[in-house]
Amino acid sequence: MHKSPALRRYNYTVLGLSLAYMGALFGIVALFRTRPPHGALAYAAAILPALPLVGIFLAWGRYLTDEPDEYIRMLTIRQTLIATGFMLSATTIWGFLESFGLAVHIPAYAAGILWFAGLMLGGCVNIFAVRTGRS
Amino acid sequence: MKNRLKVLRAERDWSQADLADRLEVSRQSVNAIETGRYDPSLPLAFKIAELFDLAIEDIFTSLSKEP
Repeated sequence: MHKSPALRRYNYTVLGLSLAYMGALFGIVALFRTRPPHGALAYAAAILPALPLVGIFLAWGRYLTDEPDEYIRMLTIRQTLIATGFMLSATTIWGFLESFGLAVHIPAYAAGILWFAGLMLGGCVNIFAVRTGRS
Repeated sequence: MKNRLKVLRAERDWSQADLADRLEVSRQSVNAIETGRYDPSLPLAFKIAELFDLAIEDIFTSLSKEP
């Protein structure tokens, strides 16, 4: 398994940001339940759990830039394109279903979750393509 | 694009990992190039050619130039 310094840095960054996300999420949920903040503080508090996730997107972008192996970079870019296409398709379809009252409303942050699911899908496509000799 | 990478590597008794180390790429990259699943960039093709002390066209052949 290829593990460049760029990939190791990405993995450590994601680990740290995931822990920060969990901490922020539990903390902010507890805060809004017990002592709900008001005004600008409420906005700042609500945004807090999103920031580590934004950090993960940035870390992914940095990894794509820093990965020195061009073949691995090509696979990673394909994985990213599949993830983005999957997320855009799923949210577009869901949006129309929602508009016509055929589906419940889902929060916008679901797009990020779908993108991460798309990365897993892209990883599977890469494994399939490599094993079947399609690059 | 076809290439003679596997033959050239075998002549030197190098494993894919040995060649990957010399080229500073992953073993997966060497495997993908050898099996024709991935065409390397021009800088990597030059690096491969320099490693074997050959011209790029002595290693890589365009499919349109195939007999």
